[in-house]
Amino acid sequence: MTPIAVSASHIFASFGNTEILHDVSLALPAGRWSSIVGPNGAGKSTLLKVLAGLLPCQGQVVLLGQPLHSYPARARAQTLAWLGQNESAADDLTVWDVVMLGRLPHQAWLAAPSEADRAAVEMALKSTGGWDWRARTLCQLSGGERQRVLLARALAVQARVLLMDEPLANLDPPHQADWLGVVRCLLESGVTVVSVLHEISMALRADHLLIMAAGRVTHFGASTDAATHRALQAVFDHRITIHPLAGQWVALPK
Amino acid sequence: MNLREASLLGWGLLLLALGLTALGVCVGSAGFENLLQPLLNPLQDPDQTAMAQQIVWDIRLPRTLGAWAAGALLGLAGALAQGLFRNPLADPFLLGSASGASLGVAVALALLGGAVDMLGSSAGSDGGAGGMVGDGLAFTVFGTGWLTRLGLTGAAFVGAVLAVLLTLALSRGVQHTLRLLLAGVVVGVVLGALTQLVLVWSPESLQAMQAFMLGSTAFVGWSACAVMALTWALSSVAGALLARLLDGLSLGEATARSLGLPLTSMRLALVTVLALATGAAVAQTGLIAFVGLAAPHLVRARVKTTHGRLIFLSSLMGGVLLIAADTLARWLIAPQELPVGVLTAVLGGGYLLWLMHRGSHSGSGVI
Repeated sequence: MTPIAVSASHIFASFGNTEILHDVSLALPAGRWSSIVGPNGAGKSTLLKVLAGLLPCQGQVVLLGQPLHSYPARARAQTLAWLGQNESAADDLTVWDVVMLGRLPHQAWLAAPSEADRAAVEMALKSTGGWDWRARTLCQLSGGERQRVLLARALAVQARVLLMDEPLANLDPPHQADWLGVVRCLLESGVTVVSVLHEISMALRADHLLIMAAGRVTHFGASTDAATHRALQAVFDHRITIHPLAGQWVALPK
Repeated sequence: MNLREASLLGWGLLLLALGLTALGVCVGSAGFENLLQPLLNPLQDPDQTAMAQQIVWDIRLPRTLGAWAAGALLGLAGALAQGLFRNPLADPFLLGSASGASLGVAVALALLGGAVDMLGSSAGSDGGAGGMVGDGLAFTVFGTGWLTRLGLTGAAFVGAVLAVLLTLALSRGVQHTLRLLLAGVVVGVVLGALTQLVLVWSPESLQAMQAFMLGSTAFVGWSACAVMALTWALSSVAGALLARLLDGLSLGEATARSLGLPLTSMRLALVTVLALATGAAVAQTGLIAFVGLAAPHLVRARVKTTHGRLIFLSSLMGGVLLIAADTLARWLIAPQELPVGVLTAVLGGGYLLWLMHRGSHSGSGVI
């Protein structure tokens, strides 16, 4: 049986007086890529924030066998990395500085970056194709380039679990393919990847799909399962079709 | 590359500060040529020498160094405020400290029995010849006896700190930046209105209050210099300690928290440093506009760097800006002088307008 990296039981989460997540329970296998999909407003990003411990909620989240709330902040940050949707960054910082911020959980206060920090930053930048811009400031980059730098920032944490909210925003198809390559490398090294994606065809490349609608999980299963495809079509009101193409599954609007 | 540019700018600002300090000691109602002779030949006229020494040592030097220290405090506070609020338009007075200090001074003036008696004895800078513009007399809250002055600067400081605490109470802590910002604006408006109310009840304080509102370095002495220098040293150390956390915060609140940064305690520390630096500067020199806002922008226009260097360079830039403005304020209509706050507001406002204009044309504006 595959060990579980992240699990949640009976999660209720609200923004103000509006309850967004209603009794959500899940278990995401370790060393695999799980993608959270669903229509707009389904609560995907909210769920990801809850799993990252960034949003207060009722219920319990367990990370690698230990309740998330019992982790000291630094230990949690070393174990679980998070890449937010439309993550901002100061335009004045260089690419190198931004990616080095991913090493904060590993650095002592006021300590200069260690060799390990530099190596992690270099590796993250090279894997996302941002190495050549390391001396440039963020304001000198395009939207897609910035997104790759922010991905490198999340990779530099070298956490065992990586949560990403819409990581493909602003990326053109070749760089989406590069992102898939990065995810495959992470999976090979045993990292658990959880992503929220609105590109259904890209989400279908994940090992598992967690399908959500109206703040509830409607289905969790292998992305190649027919039952998963049926659940996916159902949450989109049967306005998409899913077809095999060149050994992959693709979703098309009807 | 950025490190080299930052170092160059830092050294340049330090040299500029030294040059401006020398210039600041020379500029005043008693021309330097009148001071140089007695200083070089002390035996020729001991009385003249004593007076020249007093002008240079007791008035111009502390005033010039005080201008640097106040500017450095405001520059540092500006960089901290812009990092904390992640807003390039944030300035050190945003948490209500300016209006709190004003109210403190207004209340103190009213309680101390009105400004006329208190302020009548005040002399202008350089032994009475170069006071601030105002019916030919120097009406200022800074030039009174030391006890009164201690009361007024103390009131300004207490007012600034209480206003920041009120802002924190209204925003229910420091967790939400936007709420903090709005609370600061509300506190600023309400305390500003209360200040006006106090002045309506105590109209004799109006003229003294005006001097405070316009800002002045004319009566900064060695004790004020020492207070500001000590606060600057403490604030600089605190700024250096918090700089990396500010870099983390620039990635956004959620990401900063995901990196394990202690946001609540960090914000509390930042707000404390902000209140301390602003309160110390305002208490000694009154309200000096735009230095805290413009200094970080001027630094960013030259170098793109991390908060650690930005805070330090903004501090140096603020010091240079205020010494330059102070020297200009003394020189423009000598032997009288302009309120330095007016000059910084005009020059700083003009600079920001230019920055906005350039930004809208190049599409890469700082603002």
